[in-house]
Formats: sequence, C-alpha cells, structure tokens
Amino acid sequence: MDFGYPVLTSLIVFPLVAAAGLFLIKSPQVARAYTMGASILELILGLPLLTFQHNAEFQFVEKAHWVPQWGLEYALGIDGISYLMILLTLAILPLCVMCSWTYISKRVKEFHFCLLFMTSACVGVFAALDLVLFYVFWEAMLIPMYLLIAVWGGDQRRYASLKFFLYTLAGSTLLLAAIVAFRVTGGTFSIPELMHTHFSFDFQFWAFLAMALAFAIKVPMFPFHTWLPAAHVQAPSAGSVILAAVLLKMGTYGFLRFCLPLTPDASVYFAPLMIAFSIASILYGGAIALGQEDVKKLIAYSSVGHMGFVTLGIFLFNLRGVEGALFQMLNHGIITGALFMMIGAVYERSHSRSITDNMGLGKYLPAFMGFWGLFALASFGFPATNGFVGEMLVFTGAFQKSPYIGAFLVPGALLGAAYMFRVSLKLAWGRPSTAKTWRDLNSREWTYLIIPAVFVFYIGLAPKLFFNVIDPSVEKLVNDLASRTTVQQVAAVTPAPPVVAAVETPAEPVNN
Amino acid sequence: MEFNPIQIVPELYQLLLIVALFCQSLGDGSETPPAERWLPFFAGFGIFVNIVSWGAEGLIFGGAYKLDALSQFFKLAIAAGFYVAVLNAARQPSLAEKKRPDYFMFLALSAWGLMILSSAVELITIYIALEISSYSLYAVIPLRNNDKGAAEAAIKYILFGAVATAIALYGFSYILASQHTSYIAQLAQRTWTWDGEPMAVVGLSLFMGGMFYKLALFPFHFWCPDVYQGASNETAGFVATLPKLGAVVVLIRLAALLKPGLEITTLLAVLGAVSMTFGNLCALAQKDLKRMLGFSSVAHAGYIMVGLVSATARGLAAAAFYALAYVAMNLLCFWVISRVASDGRNLQLDDLNGLYKRSPALAFALGVGAFALVGLPPTMGFMGKFFLIASAWGHGYNWLVITLVLNSAIAIFYYLSLVRHAYTHEAGENPPVPDNSAFSLCGAGLLAAVVLVFGMVPSGLFEYALTAGKQLLP
Repeated sequence: MDFGYPVLTSLIVFPLVAAAGLFLIKSPQVARAYTMGASILELILGLPLLTFQHNAEFQFVEKAHWVPQWGLEYALGIDGISYLMILLTLAILPLCVMCSWTYISKRVKEFHFCLLFMTSACVGVFAALDLVLFYVFWEAMLIPMYLLIAVWGGDQRRYASLKFFLYTLAGSTLLLAAIVAFRVTGGTFSIPELMHTHFSFDFQFWAFLAMALAFAIKVPMFPFHTWLPAAHVQAPSAGSVILAAVLLKMGTYGFLRFCLPLTPDASVYFAPLMIAFSIASILYGGAIALGQEDVKKLIAYSSVGHMGFVTLGIFLFNLRGVEGALFQMLNHGIITGALFMMIGAVYERSHSRSITDNMGLGKYLPAFMGFWGLFALASFGFPATNGFVGEMLVFTGAFQKSPYIGAFLVPGALLGAAYMFRVSLKLAWGRPSTAKTWRDLNSREWTYLIIPAVFVFYIGLAPKLFFNVIDPSVEKLVNDLASRTTVQQVAAVTPAPPVVAAVETPAEPVNN
Repeated sequence: MEFNPIQIVPELYQLLLIVALFCQSLGDGSETPPAERWLPFFAGFGIFVNIVSWGAEGLIFGGAYKLDALSQFFKLAIAAGFYVAVLNAARQPSLAEKKRPDYFMFLALSAWGLMILSSAVELITIYIALEISSYSLYAVIPLRNNDKGAAEAAIKYILFGAVATAIALYGFSYILASQHTSYIAQLAQRTWTWDGEPMAVVGLSLFMGGMFYKLALFPFHFWCPDVYQGASNETAGFVATLPKLGAVVVLIRLAALLKPGLEITTLLAVLGAVSMTFGNLCALAQKDLKRMLGFSSVAHAGYIMVGLVSATARGLAAAAFYALAYVAMNLLCFWVISRVASDGRNLQLDDLNGLYKRSPALAFALGVGAFALVGLPPTMGFMGKFFLIASAWGHGYNWLVITLVLNSAIAIFYYLSLVRHAYTHEAGENPPVPDNSAFSLCGAGLLAAVVLVFGMVPSGLFEYALTAGKQLLP
C-alpha cells in the first residue's frame, strides 16, 4: 500500500529530526510543548499503520541497499508480532512527556532529546528486518536510556545506570558474534530469508545460547534480573515507563523473532531450561515484591514476575501460550507503565517512594486511588481487565502443555494478588495518613492516566481485534516451529550420521 | 616503469612544506608569519593534492615504491589526519612561540615518512620510511614547556624505538638470508611455513615487531601510556593517530603473504587477543585521560589484527577501514582533550566533571568519541568493528572474534566513565576552562560528524578500502 511516504522510516527519522530541533529552543516550557507536539505528530505519521492487514506477511516493507559489500540492507517491515509493540512505543511517548511535565526541572531540553532518540531507536528495533540493522537500533537505544537514568535519576543513579549499561551491553556483545555467524553460515543478514534456512543443530545450539543470553538479560529472566530493580528505582518516572513498557519487551520480542524461527531445534532443546527459568522468575519476582517497602522497587520486581509469564508463554510452543505472551507484553506495557506514572505523580507530592510515606491516600486523593486500584487489579489479572486476558491465555497454554507447569503458575498468580493488595491497601487506608494537604490529580495527570485506563478495559472486555492482528503471525510461528522440528526428528531417525552426532554431543550443559 | 614526478606529487608537496618550515626555523621568526598561521591552509591544500593524485598507479624506484589504491587511500588519510593534527596543535599553550616552526617541521616530516611508508613495498625502504617517521617524533615529544615528564617520555620513546627497530633490522637479516629477496612481491611467492623456512618465519615475526612498536601492540606497547601522558596533549594526539596508519598499511601489505593457519598468522592472532585484553584491563584502572587512551590504543591495535588474520581482501579492507575509524575517533577525543585543557595541563577524569555545563558541544563530541571507541552504533567504531568480525568469522579464528566482542564489554566501563564524568558529575573547584571559541567547536563538530556519518553510511568509504584490498589479494 502506498501512502506517499515511507511510513516506518518516517517514524524512525522524524523523532531524530525533532530531537535536533530541540537545540534551537531556549525555554524549558517551550521544549516540553514542542516535544508534546512532536509526539502527537509522530502518532499522526503512524496513522497509516492502522491499515495493517490481518495476515502473517511482513507489511509496510521498505528495502534499500546499505552496505552492499557485506550484503547489509536497510530493510524494515512489521508483522503481527511487532505491530502492537510499535503502536505501544508510539503511544508511550506523549504519555512520557506529560508525566515528566513538572517532574523534570533540570536540563529539560536534553531530557526530551533522550526521549525522542529513544523512541526512534525503539521503533527501529521492532521494525528492522535485517539482523545488523536490528543490532544497530538495539545498541543505539542503550545510550539515551543510560543518560535518562544517569542524569535525571535518584540518589544512586550512577550505580544503577552503570549496572544497566554493563549488563545489557555485555549480554549483547555475543549477539553480534551470533549475527555474523548467521551471515557466514546462512549467507544473508535478512531475517525473513534466514527463517527458511536450516542450520545444523550444533550451530543452532551455540547461536541460541548467544542470542538467549542477550535477550534473557533484557527481559530480564530470573538469574539475570539484578540490574532491573536498581535501574527502575533510580530512573525518573518517564525512564521507568519506557523501560517497563518498551525496553523489556525487546527481550521477549527477540525470543519470538530470532530464537524460535532461526534456531527451532535448539529452542525445543532448551525449552525445559527456559520454562524453569520463567517459573523461577514468576515465583521469585512475586516473592521478593511481597517484601518491598519501596513502591517502585515493588513494581520493578513485579515486572520480573510478569515478564516470566511472557517467556513462559513463548517457550510453551503452543498457540495459546504465544498469544498469551504477546498479550502479556502489551498489557504489561500498559499497566506497569501506568503504575510507574502514578508512582511518579505521588512522588511529586511526597518526595518519597517508601510505602509508609504515602499512606492513607483514599480519603484525600480519591481519583488517584481509583486509578491505582484499577491498574493494581489489572496487574494481577482481575477479570474484565486486560491483565486477565494475557494471564488466562498463558495459563491455558501451560495446562495444555503439562499440568505440572500449570500447577507452578497458580502460586505465582496468587503472589501477584498478594503483593498488589498489600501495597494498595496501605496506600488507600494505611495510617497515619500523610496526604492531608495534597491535592488530587490535576487535568494533565487525568489525561495521561485515562488513556491507559481505557485500554485496560478495552483489551479486557473486547480483545477480538487484537487477536485478529496477532493470530496469523502467531499461528505461522507455531506451525513453522512444529513442522521444522518434526522434519528434523524424522531426519534424525533415518540414518543421517552427522545430525545424530550433533544432537548427541551437547548433552551436558543442560544440567546446570 | 618510467619515473614520472606527477605520480608522487603528494610526497613532493609534503616535502615542500617541510623545506618551507625548515627555512622559517632558521630565522628568528620576526619577519615571517607564524607557522601556525599559514600552515593549516597549506596542510588543508595537501588533502586536495592527495585527492587529485588519487588514481596514481605505478611501480617506481627500482620496484621499491608502489603507487596503488592502498597507498593512495592511506596517503589521503594521512594528509587529512595531518591537517587535523596541525589545526589541533596550532593553539598549543605549552609550546614556546620560537619552537613552533621546528615543531611543525618535525610533524610534517613524520607525516612524510608515513606517506612513504604507505607506498614502500621493499623491506629496506619500509625500514627507512619507518625511521623517518619515528626520528622526527623523538624530537617532538619533549617539546613541552617546563615539563620533565615530557623529557622522560621522549627518552622512553627513543629507547623503545631503538630496540624495536633494531629487532626489525635483525629480523630483516633473517628474511634476506633465507628468502634471498627483500621485495614483498617476490616474498609472496615463497613459502612461509615453519617446516619449510623456520628462519624466514622468525625473521618476519621480528620484522613485524617494528610495526607492532608503532602500533603499540603487545608486547611492544610499554612506551604507549607513558608517552601519551608525558607528551603535550596536542603531540599525543598526533602520536596516537597517524603513526598507526603507517603501521597498519605495512602490516596489510605483509599480511598478503600470510594464509590462515600459518604460524605467523596464529602469532598475529594471539598477540592481537592478548593486546586487546591486556590493554582494556589496564585501561580500567586509569585516572589520567591520556594514559587511559594510551591503553585503549593498545587494545585497538589488537582489534586491527582481527582483520589481518583472515587473509581475504575483505579482511584487509576491514583492517584499513578500522584503522581509519580509529584515527578519526581518536583525533576527535584528543581534539576535545586539547580544547578542554586550554592551559595545556594533563586532564584527569575528574577534570571532565560538569563539562556538559561548561561546554555542551565539547561534551557531546566527547560522548560521540567515547561511544565510537566502545563500538556502539551509529558510529564509525561500530561499523569498523562489525567489518572486522564479519571478515574473520569462519576462517579458523572464531576464538579471536569471541575475544573481541567480549573485550567490547570490558572496554565499555572506562569509555563510559568519560561520558559519566562529563554528564553526570558536577564540577568541583577550579575546573579547567574549556576553549569555547568557534574554531574549537567547529573542529569538534566536524570530527564528530565524520565519525557519525561514516558510521551510518560506510559503504562508499569501504568500497575504496575494498578496492585496495582486492589489489593485494585478488
């Protein structure tokens, strides 16, 4: 379809141009308004995306030679897996600008520069169809996020930002080696083409490990999660929102886009390990969240748990599981993003993130508490909210796969309800109340909370539209995976010595 | 082939500059315009001269001097680097006015030696060119007002240089004794296996030692941090960048002799791996900016080896591209350092505190340089590293590639500390006053633009490097 302009490219380039324009502005207030305008314009530029066709093909494809000597292409395109993530990224930007309107008072221009740069890189990550292009955006996004935490963060911002940067960069260095290995072995950097290439098990084994490390750190999965609470707690609220809503999704998106289609055999081989890690994330994240005194840290640990649902759904390899994972990605972005914005709003009143400094809001800030209650309910998957849809699907997928996996999820979901109730009850009715002189939400805060609230109900009550969008791609993903791994098993049974040998050799690393 | 002076116009032009500077240095300087005033224009014109003679081809001076795509590529890079280095040094605060013509003459002489080096295809010619470029630097390094550290640095540089070149010469005697020729073209026909010609293998390894010294590759790197620290910021900016180009071009020519799996190739790979790891680990602990960059250049010398071991045209092109990227990024960093330390002092990390406020543009440029040195997109550093990795994978040195990518993770810490200090710390008392003149900001902006633009659209530049590589290894 032709809209007279390259939609995805303009979505990537426009924020950069707008960011450069910021340097011409002097006043902080104008910079805020300017970025707000730019974010609305970015949304308008994204309007053609609404014509997305409900099929499994890549759409809005753009291709150009980039570095022909190495076969690098500037290739963009989206399918059902990346579509919702791009919309989420676009929608988060104006909310971030609004929620930092008064929160950020120093170096306002640079702050909005980082936000715009960030948006550009995030759209690029989800739209790239060339491995190297993907990697470029993937890494480029580290810089603005680092600055967001390091410059506008809390007291321990240097520690947190450094940890974030070191962790994520160290994880993704091997991803670059894997990307090059794909090119040398598979002959191309193009993701759609590589999806049809078969690699030996040995190759898949190592490639999967290299990629999974990068993605698992980004998600973050249980043993690699320690950067997340630090980063979330120290980041300014807009930083936390982007981190929770978009950045963490890149990890799970990576699993869906790369691990499953490119290394199907290794994915199946490692699935038990990944499922174990996911369950560990769910239980561990929930249990730790239960004991937090800092609201932001609590939500950060709850993210670890929620993202555990996503990775679990992915590695169930059935339709419901992957659907659930995608829904959970979207929902977590909306709900946790909103919760972080609310924490930012209350922080502006109390200047503390501790639960005891923010108690008894129910009487004095009814609107705030109303929104908080809604998002808290959605967070642990209360029916009629969007959280329910995602969690329900993952549950269904898990029980389809094995009742034991399902059995592990039940305490995970209960923990979610427990910690959300604990914090919400204290916020609403805890004594002594600290909120007597605070004012309730103003119109700006209403605006940026009502938007996610609408989506909480919309996805919760009528998720059909979203199913229509993601289903073709998810079905293709699951079917491809099934067909390609069964072919592999048939080949292994028939006398084919190299394959058999390859399957047998890497037996030992699974034990750890 | 018939010798035609047109072919070597860039070298002649550079020689002309040297002669002019020499004449000026004879007088007391009162009647001639100061060197730093007129030289930048003529050095800038030198870039144009190099562009004009871009297509020169030929083999002259008895087959010892070759003009091909590789040599012209590097000569242009050297001329451009010389231009930036001259501009950078033009406002040197720690250099007496009277010494300036001499100072610039030696810089020009060193660049001239490097230009010759990029065309030399015979070992003795290479050796002499190497000496020309080194000797002039020996004289330049101690030129820093009232600073004993600079003298110490110069002594270290000379002693190391003497030993390294002696080793190279010693190695040359082995090569000549076993292979009976000193022409690279003929050497390429000979066998280089340990079983066949052990003496030649030892000889070539030792001869390369001379280049490793220039490049600051382990174990010839010990001078590097000390010299960077002792020399003035501007001089260090020159020493850290241009001589690497000369060393790389010779190594690229010599690498055409090597096949993957040969003992020397493996030696290169091992030295590269040790060099990058050692350099990065040492740099982690540094507080002095130039010292840190010194260890960083040890690490980067190791990275360049990755391109040389694959023995493909693309590998050589990747090494050439990376050398260029390295020079651009380092010139950018040294430009910022020289401008921030406008009184000529040695900068500590803490001196960068609050730079974002004192000079936003320089802080931004420093950020670009630091992220480029890490190898983050969208910079030239990322593309260079990516080309290196892509060229080396699948040629038996995958372990070297893995070492490289893991090293990026180590390196991030200390490069990031540049950005951390410039952006997140507030200035202490008496921070150095950065030079915020248009000259300073334009230079930083242009260099940053080069690093970014070639990071985003590298294909044109890489095509030239690839043409050069294909001439050596069709």
